[in-house]
Amino acid sequence: MAVDNQARSTLINGGGPSFQKERIKLRLMSKSRLAIRLTMLALAILTVVGFLTFDYRDVHLLKGIMSTFANFKTIFAQPQLAHFSLSEAIYQLLVTLSLGVLTTLIGAIIALFLGIFAAENLSNKKVSNVIKGFVALIRAVPTVLWVLIFAVSAGLGSVAAVIGMSFHSISYLTKAYSESFEELDAGTIEALEGCGASWWQIVCQAVLPSSLTSLISWTFIRFEINFGVSVAMGAAAGAGGIGYDMFMDSAFYYNLHEMGVITYLILVVAMLLEFMSLKIKNKVRS
Amino acid sequence: MKINFLMKKRLYFLAIFLVLVVISIGSMSMTQFSIAKCFASIPKAIQWGFGNFYPAGDSFARLPEILLKLQETLLISIAAASVAAIFALFFALMGSRITKVNNFLATLSRFIANVFRNIDVSIWALVLLFSFGQSSLTGYFALFVASFGFLTRAFMETIDEVGSDTAEALRATGANYFSIVFQAIIPMSVSQLISWVLFMIETNIRAATLVGILTGSGIGFLFDLYYKKMDYHASSLVVLSLVVSILLIEQISNYVRRAML
Amino acid sequence: MKTLLQFKNVSKHYDKKTVALSDVSFSVNEGELVSIIGPSGAGKSTLLRCINRLIDATSGEIIFEDKDVLQIKNKSKMRALRTKIGMIFQNYNLVERLSVFENVLHGRLGYKSALVGALGFYSEEEKQQAIKILQSLGLDEQIYKRCDQLSGGQKQRVGIARALIQEPRVLLADEPIASLDPSSSKVIMDQLKKICSTLGITVLVNLHQLDVALNYSDRVIGISKGRVVYDGDPASLTDDHIQQIYGSDREALNLVVREPKEVAQKI
Repeated sequence: MAVDNQARSTLINGGGPSFQKERIKLRLMSKSRLAIRLTMLALAILTVVGFLTFDYRDVHLLKGIMSTFANFKTIFAQPQLAHFSLSEAIYQLLVTLSLGVLTTLIGAIIALFLGIFAAENLSNKKVSNVIKGFVALIRAVPTVLWVLIFAVSAGLGSVAAVIGMSFHSISYLTKAYSESFEELDAGTIEALEGCGASWWQIVCQAVLPSSLTSLISWTFIRFEINFGVSVAMGAAAGAGGIGYDMFMDSAFYYNLHEMGVITYLILVVAMLLEFMSLKIKNKVRS
Repeated sequence: MKINFLMKKRLYFLAIFLVLVVISIGSMSMTQFSIAKCFASIPKAIQWGFGNFYPAGDSFARLPEILLKLQETLLISIAAASVAAIFALFFALMGSRITKVNNFLATLSRFIANVFRNIDVSIWALVLLFSFGQSSLTGYFALFVASFGFLTRAFMETIDEVGSDTAEALRATGANYFSIVFQAIIPMSVSQLISWVLFMIETNIRAATLVGILTGSGIGFLFDLYYKKMDYHASSLVVLSLVVSILLIEQISNYVRRAML
Repeated sequence: MKTLLQFKNVSKHYDKKTVALSDVSFSVNEGELVSIIGPSGAGKSTLLRCINRLIDATSGEIIFEDKDVLQIKNKSKMRALRTKIGMIFQNYNLVERLSVFENVLHGRLGYKSALVGALGFYSEEEKQQAIKILQSLGLDEQIYKRCDQLSGGQKQRVGIARALIQEPRVLLADEPIASLDPSSSKVIMDQLKKICSTLGITVLVNLHQLDVALNYSDRVIGISKGRVVYDGDPASLTDDHIQQIYGSDREALNLVVREPKEVAQKI
């Protein structure tokens, strides 16, 4: 035991030239550390600048927060309908859900074609870059603006809402689909090319079947997002559905109790969708 | 046997296809959406867009006003994402299966994050309108709450993904909870966490426009104002400035992400 | 020789159906290098992790330094136990984004208070120690490199350095060479042998490469389906024993036994 300890301490403490006299640094500053520090610093500064320059309009912060908590309590603890019945509310919820379904389907169909041409291993680099750039540009315009822009010529309503909302679905799904296609093993495509298969045959027989599960998973995730978007478009851009009722309660009737019911309904649907998409995601992974 | 298999597969796909068709027809009748009107309105919209929706003439005089609101919107988005990130990190550490303190707190923090994430930002905006009125704070808190829900989930998944091996190693050395978190979990995941925050800022800028329209603040309010006055030159300038700033921020984020690796 | 570690009828059930360890008993003397061999899923990893309580055994006694580790309830006593037990892993489990130096010093965290540890403050003596250990492992040029820039063999040596700076009495090695090429494997096994013979640190190593186990260890413990089926001298391990440890599955036997022989030849 004693001998062992001595031997151990020889390795750990004894012998060898001393490495450095002054304090030993733990690490050297690297580019990535610097980038992380600077990013965090920049975000902190911009946050402070933001708080200093916000347009507070005489709103008392603490009072506001307190009344928000009181409002939350009303919403979650005392939900009650006033202007419409529960069956009407559920009908409006279905309208919102339908908007989500339509935009997701339209988005998926168009994105499938765009995604194939945007995948670098199926298309050429030029076409791929053009499509990816185009899609990024579409995404840079907020959905609500797309809807409102289309509403000028199509009128406020479901047509403008579906077209406007489809833009972002197309953009999102094109990116997701093309990345799924790009994950495909290059050898598979090569093997089929070696068999003399045509490009369309390769796409239909190899690419689509092998990435099908991930396509379905992405589509469902987008559906989940689209449900939220269609609630918002109902409130802000005249798309109808439950979002519009929410907006009326907030802006005209000042009825927090009814907003509570709507919030619960939306929460239930959203959690259900999330649960389903999680199931699908897990299935894809395994 | 083989033919049967192919047949079955085809029937299966046909069935799914039919179900989708039925669902779409149902959705169309629910929302009173007509394909004919849709196809008719797209060329009309494009034509209108090229005819009217571009910045011209005196709309440029509104540029200082627009830039001021744009700056406010950008700052709100950044502040909301940054402050939400601090709260989200705390909740994610509580909720992650690697760093949870106990099961009760883990379930609680997961539940809170779930509720916050699944209620759309537009609803938060409408609720917060009651207490903060048409001030920047309504937009700020709506974005904050939505960011918090999303980031907590994203952080939790990141920590679960990268942390388990190193956390085990440090636990084996006898390190305490705080050492494990600050010496292993955070260094391992920090670049990914920041990457999520940058993503959240991009999302927030788009959402801020929506929130602005709903609550009458920021760049969304300005767009709504011009739009309702049918000043399409000015509203197109708002859209253009938003697009430029979003693309710019995307570029900066991508650069930072590469530099952080 | 003095007994350092003793398993007495240790069992581990994950739930009613999955049994990881059942009624395991053996003892390890001070300064021994003991290999634990067996097919994957036999319970080798669970066994090691029961010693430092990364996994809690369901029943039995694990006596380390004359105390039953399963009876430790107090958090700080548990940490004190873990500082005396070093561990290295198949996947190295380093904080890849930090420097080699920081990763080695992580071995000292068990001795620190919450705040000091969280902030990562280390004394100059600890840093000197870390440098000396790194020098002895041939890593002095890599001190400030980030761990994700190292090769597998170098990463495992960092793992060993992190365990050594704890000044442990026993080193647990969980499949330390399973992810390494033959020449790096030899370096790592030689280091473990050296640690055992010159520092007197007891080494428990999980291996699925039978020949490596036979070459390096003082004693072999064979595990199959959570039970100890062989405990003794590597020299007296017969084909029947091997059959018993790895089962009658011909294919598995080929995979597990033949490959290490080739590896051993290359070494």
